[in-house]
Amino acid sequence: MSAKTITADAPVVFYDLDEHAHPEGHSTMLGFWIYLMSDCLIFAILFACYAVLGGSYAAGPSPKDLFDLKLIALNTAMLLFSSITYGFAVLQMQQGKVKGVQLWLAITGLFGLAFLGIELYEFHHLIEIGATPQRSAFLSSFFTLVGTHGLHVTFGIIWLVTLMFQLSKHGLIAANKRRVMCLSMFWHFLDVVWIGVFTIVYLMGVLR
Amino acid sequence: MSIPHPAPETGPILGKLSLEALPLHEPILVVTFIGVVLGGLAVLGLITKYRLWGYLWTEWFTTVDHKRIGIMYMILGLIMFLRGFADAIMMRLQQALAFGGSEGYLTPHHYDQVFTAHGVIMIFFVAMPFITGLMNYVVPLQIGARDVSFPFLNNFSFWMTTAGAVLTMISLFIGEYAQTGWLAYPPLSGIAYSPNVGVDYYIWGLQIAGIGTTLSGINLIVTILKLRAPGMGLMKMPVFTWTSLCANILIVASFPILTATLALLTLDRYVGTNFFTNDLGGSPMMYVNLIWIWGHPEVYILVLPLFGVFSEVTSTFSGKRLFGYTSMVYATICITILSYLVWLHHFFTMGSGASVNSFFGITTMVISIPTGAKLFNWLFTMYRGRIRFELPMMWTIAFMLTFVIGGMTGVLLAVPPADFVLHNSLFLIAHFHNVIIGGVLFGLFAAINYWWPKAFGYKLDVFWGKISFWCWVVGFWVAFTPLYILGLMGVTRRMRVFDDPSLQIWFVIAGIGALIVAAGIGAMLVQFGVSIWRRKELRDTTGGDPWDGRTLEWATSSPPPDYNFAFTPVIHDLDAWYDMKSRGHQRPVDGYRDIHMPSNTGTGMILSGFCLVMGFALVWHIWWLVALSFAATLVGAIYHTFNYKRDFDIPAATVTAVEEARTRQLAAGA
Amino acid sequence: MSADPHATHGHDEIEMPHASMRDYMIGFILSVILTAIPFWLVMTMPLSNGATAAIIMAFAAVQIVVHMVFFLHMTPKAEGGWSLTTLIFTIIVVVIMLAGSLWVMHHLNTNMMPMSHEDARQIP
Repeated sequence: MSAKTITADAPVVFYDLDEHAHPEGHSTMLGFWIYLMSDCLIFAILFACYAVLGGSYAAGPSPKDLFDLKLIALNTAMLLFSSITYGFAVLQMQQGKVKGVQLWLAITGLFGLAFLGIELYEFHHLIEIGATPQRSAFLSSFFTLVGTHGLHVTFGIIWLVTLMFQLSKHGLIAANKRRVMCLSMFWHFLDVVWIGVFTIVYLMGVLR
Repeated sequence: MSIPHPAPETGPILGKLSLEALPLHEPILVVTFIGVVLGGLAVLGLITKYRLWGYLWTEWFTTVDHKRIGIMYMILGLIMFLRGFADAIMMRLQQALAFGGSEGYLTPHHYDQVFTAHGVIMIFFVAMPFITGLMNYVVPLQIGARDVSFPFLNNFSFWMTTAGAVLTMISLFIGEYAQTGWLAYPPLSGIAYSPNVGVDYYIWGLQIAGIGTTLSGINLIVTILKLRAPGMGLMKMPVFTWTSLCANILIVASFPILTATLALLTLDRYVGTNFFTNDLGGSPMMYVNLIWIWGHPEVYILVLPLFGVFSEVTSTFSGKRLFGYTSMVYATICITILSYLVWLHHFFTMGSGASVNSFFGITTMVISIPTGAKLFNWLFTMYRGRIRFELPMMWTIAFMLTFVIGGMTGVLLAVPPADFVLHNSLFLIAHFHNVIIGGVLFGLFAAINYWWPKAFGYKLDVFWGKISFWCWVVGFWVAFTPLYILGLMGVTRRMRVFDDPSLQIWFVIAGIGALIVAAGIGAMLVQFGVSIWRRKELRDTTGGDPWDGRTLEWATSSPPPDYNFAFTPVIHDLDAWYDMKSRGHQRPVDGYRDIHMPSNTGTGMILSGFCLVMGFALVWHIWWLVALSFAATLVGAIYHTFNYKRDFDIPAATVTAVEEARTRQLAAGA
Repeated sequence: MSADPHATHGHDEIEMPHASMRDYMIGFILSVILTAIPFWLVMTMPLSNGATAAIIMAFAAVQIVVHMVFFLHMTPKAEGGWSLTTLIFTIIVVVIMLAGSLWVMHHLNTNMMPMSHEDARQIP
């Protein structure tokens, strides 16, 4: 099975005659993690743009004029709660309880929708008062960075709903468990990015 | 204040598309179109006549076999190479003619598209598919694996790359292409100065292909990290696998930058944001900065796999273990990391000042050191070796001589004060063609000649190979030495018409060089044709090891069976196959088992087709079609995830039959 | 690092990170604290701008590590060490890109000729 060291007597093994094929899906978690690293880089570029262009208000509104920190605190809470509820879903999965997983996934999805709802409300309000993405480079960077994060959350929710269907159809088979863990990585990663967003965009923006 | 958009005549059904988009007034394009249609009909007709559609669908288009996907990438690269080279000939001809009051035969509008398309196609749709094809074909075999980690993604990546190429080719006949140069700097590429569809074709072609490339990068990294045969630690991997690993790390860690930067340009063009505009706070210089943070790693992506090829070829055809394996690996890793620290040398003249320029000038010079180390390792490998001057080795020696000079002109350009004179001159053009042709292209030709017998079971014809070789080597130097001279005299790149008649002779010489290269390409196509025609005579009779190779791909038959290895090899040393041969391995001749393999699927092609339609719709602002094709892609992708049954078993009986045939072949050839 | 990819031979199931209620609770409570304090600091501003900025950046970095360890189960052993390696490589590239871009763009901006507001508005 494994390589033998060469001794004077033992013949050298060149072929694995009793091979155990790689278990199904052995590459999935690492592959998804590396994809997340590439996604990290996309966000890094958007952060770089915000860092460089975020002070270019073009005589228009600046963060102090626009950001409602209480709303953002609420939003942050929604996302953080959704992270912990996803964690509960994973714990249910470890105990093999499909219904428990479904329940906590649903709650996670609701928190995610709340996050998106608040964000859309914020965007709508900004656009109404003339702080549109076209108004200045600062606002272009703001809407793109925060909006890209929101788009990721949207896709995460679509994935979450799909996974709920797949769980009800097939239960906690190995493939579905991998999918739950991949979505877990994705979801927590989005919360990590949000830490960067609320710190660099909102909190530092108001400080500038 | 918003950016002034020139009012496009946009209808709800066809967006900006109308009959005006057809370039009927450009005779060159009309003739090309007729040629493409006739050629296309001929090909489609032949396929239909010989009833090959079913075969093509089940054996090639839907395959998840890394070997077939690798071959398809190579075919894509070859087809796009002919288009990119046609652009090159057109430029040489224009520049040779446009003196003494003559405007040549190309309008500015057309000429600008030609040089833009030439660059984009050669980098994204020739070089990238070629190296992806090579890595796809060879790496799983070299590590003793049966396929890559994500076979379906592999198929999808190929079709996304093809979709990007198709969208780019469509621009030739419907609408126009970008006229901005291959990197499409704003503000020229912004909506105000490029209001037409050219830049949009550029953007969407690259974004679609970029998704394919990034996914392929992830695929190969995980494959190399997870699927190596037992006993193959990282420091026992073949050097080609090492350079592929590093190239794919660069891909995953740089293409997202291109994706994001082009997305920001897209937002500027479609939504009116101000990332790279001249006003309202935008900074076009930020685009240049970001695009080159991608752009520099990109050129190392192109060349690193070929450095790996040279290592394999040099050691095989010198009959010696590669000199300095450990330093080769560390040099490759150094290059990978350093490639992130040099990007500003592409815009020394943009005005960042002395401290910034000095830093990047020094790092640029430093990065030549590991490359030099590699070269010395190859030379020391050859020293006291029993060198066989087969075609792969000839191309390798041509690389050494050509690339080194290109590299030295690069170090010259790395000196900021020199670059202030030479930036965007023909000297720069000569430099990067020197390293790309000398490094990437000659490496590809070496690789093709080296691994063709593995893929197809017969060697390439040597006579036509040598003609191609000499035409290329001579042609390259005749074509590009004048450009070095012109650059030193101060001639700028991308010029369509010239005032100074004393320059014409150099352009004429360069044009002759291009014709010699064309002969080399023709000879190579003849080489392929003759080899296919004479394949029985050129047949590999050694049972899969025509060059007395040292790495695992030579342990399989030529071509290898679908499953690559009936039994996974166990590795003890570097140059695993050489180790096995020299220590008297016994190939097992019975006891075969079922082998688990991934199933074919048409989903990759279909999803890519939807993306192609979406790209086209985005270019022409056909919003309903954008929504529809996006929905189709999303629904299709979700539908695909409901398919859990994606593999099958090759029965032991089939494996036995294949392997017994090989046993007989090996006995006969011995 | 698992140089031999078959070091975990014998498993027919793939290894998955093991989550525990304790980990999630610790992570959650730490995250709440590390979020609430920065928000409070900026909303009430008891400290100077510079100090506040430094503290909230530091808290963000710590909270990211908390997320990595307690929610993403990051350990040096995950995936044979490759998870941590790829993360560190990504962080290095991100730092180079961010720091490099800021440095370069700052120098470019400094070297730009000053332009009046009216002139800037005249550009098409």
